[in-house]
Amino acid sequence: MTTQAETGPIIKAGGAAADYVDQRVGVSKFLKKNLNKVFPDHWSFMLGEIALYSFIVLLLSGTFLALFFKPSMTEAVYHGSFIDLNGIKMSEAYASTINISFDIRGGLLMRQVHHWAALMFLAAITVHLLRVFFTGAFRKPREINWLIGNALLTLGILEGFAGYSLPDDLLSGTGLRIAQGIVQGIPVVGTYAAMLLFGGEFPGNDFIPRLYIVHVLLIPGIMLGLITAHLMLVWYQKHTQFPGPGRTEGNVVGYRLFPVYTAKAGGFFFIVFGITVLLSALASINPVWLFGPYTPTQITAGSQPDWYMGWLDGALRMMPNVEFNAWGHTLSLNVLVPSLIVPGILFTVLAIYPFIEQFATGDRREHHLLDRPRNVPTRTALGTMSIAFYMLLWVGGDNDIIATHFDLSINQITWALRVMIFIVPPLVFVFTRRFCLALQRRDREKLLHGYETGTIMRMPSGEFFELHAPVSDEERAVLLAGVTYQPLELDDSPDENGVRPKVSPLDRARAKLSGFYFGEQIEKPTAEELEHSAHHAQELADGYARQLESGGAPSAPSAGDKAH
Amino acid sequence: MSHHSHDLEPAAHGGEHPDNPLAPGLPQHKLRRTDVDPRAAKRAERQISLMFVIGTLAPIVFFFLYVYIPGDKLILIPFIGQTSASNFFLGMTMGVGLFCVGAGAIHWAKKLMPDVEEVAERHPIRGTDEDRATAVAHFNEGVEDSGFGQYKLIRRTLLGALAATPLFAVPLLKDLGPMPGDKLRNTLWDKDIRIVSDVTLNPLKPSDIPFGGLVSCVPENLEKVEEETGNLNARAKVPVVLVRLRPDEIRAQQGPNWDYQGILCYSKICTHVGCPTALYDQKAHTLLCPCHQSTFDLADAGHVIFGPAARSMPQLAITVDSEGYLVARGDFTQPIGPSFWERG
Repeated sequence: MTTQAETGPIIKAGGAAADYVDQRVGVSKFLKKNLNKVFPDHWSFMLGEIALYSFIVLLLSGTFLALFFKPSMTEAVYHGSFIDLNGIKMSEAYASTINISFDIRGGLLMRQVHHWAALMFLAAITVHLLRVFFTGAFRKPREINWLIGNALLTLGILEGFAGYSLPDDLLSGTGLRIAQGIVQGIPVVGTYAAMLLFGGEFPGNDFIPRLYIVHVLLIPGIMLGLITAHLMLVWYQKHTQFPGPGRTEGNVVGYRLFPVYTAKAGGFFFIVFGITVLLSALASINPVWLFGPYTPTQITAGSQPDWYMGWLDGALRMMPNVEFNAWGHTLSLNVLVPSLIVPGILFTVLAIYPFIEQFATGDRREHHLLDRPRNVPTRTALGTMSIAFYMLLWVGGDNDIIATHFDLSINQITWALRVMIFIVPPLVFVFTRRFCLALQRRDREKLLHGYETGTIMRMPSGEFFELHAPVSDEERAVLLAGVTYQPLELDDSPDENGVRPKVSPLDRARAKLSGFYFGEQIEKPTAEELEHSAHHAQELADGYARQLESGGAPSAPSAGDKAH
Repeated sequence: MSHHSHDLEPAAHGGEHPDNPLAPGLPQHKLRRTDVDPRAAKRAERQISLMFVIGTLAPIVFFFLYVYIPGDKLILIPFIGQTSASNFFLGMTMGVGLFCVGAGAIHWAKKLMPDVEEVAERHPIRGTDEDRATAVAHFNEGVEDSGFGQYKLIRRTLLGALAATPLFAVPLLKDLGPMPGDKLRNTLWDKDIRIVSDVTLNPLKPSDIPFGGLVSCVPENLEKVEEETGNLNARAKVPVVLVRLRPDEIRAQQGPNWDYQGILCYSKICTHVGCPTALYDQKAHTLLCPCHQSTFDLADAGHVIFGPAARSMPQLAITVDSEGYLVARGDFTQPIGPSFWERG
């Protein structure tokens, strides 16, 4: 700890500055409330932080790149220091990307930082979303923040795609060609939309400059606004916390913003930034000079998009070739279903999920204590089912790589995936739900009968038994946490006149959904049960103690009670 | 730890509610070594400062490395291979420097800053009934003052005006691109246009096309057209492949005798979403698109035998001109590439 003499002048100078600002902005009113704001601590709360810090790294490295990148499709002939491409025709966009990589010192580093940060940004968002989903952090009052997060995920995917399309290399140009083919396939408006987007036919000369302004201003501007709103809501609503001793729905337990979280979060920004830079020093990413400039006649085998586009590409690969032609019009379901309909449904269901669950529970209360995933088996199972679905699509996007690496038939892999996409997710759902219920049963056992100590006792009578010890107060607080809902029952039994009351279809749907969610669950032990079991355990112990003293047969308990 | 505001309560530690075991207080706070051992605290202070010193020196080292390592120097790094020396050393210096600043700050927070958890009460998020009533009253007052309810005509015309305003954007955005017209139905291919190699741009004679081989081609006039238009639009539609099969291997074509002595000409642009197909299996005569693995049987009129593409690869009818070079007999008879609504 430093002494007063050392920090004195600093505090004095800071005090003068603070006084100046406070007289003009009134900052003390804000700081009074917020400097000692308490945040709960858990490793999983850092996932959103990684996303935030990656975004800042993206802004910094992206600004550097924008100083040198030329968003133009005008043809140029390359004469830079990368001799492999000397004299080759390419767009100015590609030529300037090669220049950044080879002729701007540190340019390659910044390009790689930008790309790695983008990959980490979307990975962090995805895992953060899973954390929020599985712990029920989206429940009231945080539904709006869930929607903002969903918008950020969608925009992040678009932004990433726009970003890696800008260099106009052979790989990204092929990605754009696919995107254009998808837009062109939209019923009724697709042809016009494609023409407007690309300034005519593919590829035209307009798209890279248009994509550039979308990538550097439009989308990041919207994202910056949404991120600000996201954080302000976290701030205002206070962070959720995991159940534990001393943690209730009415409080927040943790460390103060200043100094602990200022140091931890500020330090973590530097850690995320540092690791991104180290990755960029050690691992090459998107080496566009190897792909060559885009030309519509060429393609590389084994083309793979960035990881977060992989599932969409996989869906395109797995879809059977269904197309309809009637009345002079073409409807390409082989393109529409995997690229627009399935993702559209997925993102919509994801966005409205909190409202679906609230409809099933009918619960309008605020929830600030997080769920343990096992305590909400149906939600958890829906989540793992969706992960399985996503992963299978993702594997589909790698079917050519799998085929060449493992010497398998690509047709068989694709057919296997077409079948598995319908079979595996429901199996994962059933398995997860059973697994959660089993974990709940174990929790109940632990609460009522304690845990097995592994200590085997031998009685004078020769019988063996294992000592059970009650769980600690801390663990009991965790095990007892969680809301148990009863499935809603429809009361449509006839009254005394034999008339059934009218039940609205909405109520019927709610009862069905409620049954789906809560039809099967393990009740948490009640206070009486806990007391009874504690009493029972005491009796058991007393009985054995008496027996040990007397050396005779056990008096109180029957054999079946000894080792639950 | 001396100035708790009214929001903060000192945490209840070590089961302060012994009468209710179901709601225990916070667990007993455990002292860290740095809390009890001044030498450990001193050691932590030195470690933290060391990390900050590295963070201070790193930019200076970075500066010298930037100046002295030439941008084109390559070095061999174990496990990584040949890599740019500048990228490696600049990245390592910057990465380590940033990491140390972060690690120092977190180490400081964990070892020397208070690690006693505190409890803050949550406050209701919604406004009080009084807040709400006042807000509603203000709003109603405003509505009343404006006469929004009273002047029906103003209200309706205002809503009309607001609804109409975005329409300004519609004509403004129209010139983003031309109307489709018949652009998607035509390519540069036409009667007597020579088929030239994609690579050498030389015209080809039937004898240049080997059995079992696949030659990527474009029309002879492509370069000229590209110079005029200054874009790659024509190039995106014209790529074709030439393959030579024995006449008895050809099971079907899209038109009678569209081949020339067993030489078949097909579009190279996949009918799924438009990637150029590239991988030719000469035994099965199939052309595979590397993007989504649609597979076309060139011996059987370009039919799809696997993958997401729904339509056959369009065939181009060919012959030879008076000098014996391969030429097109006309444009494609159907649009090439991905489907679109008006395609039919």
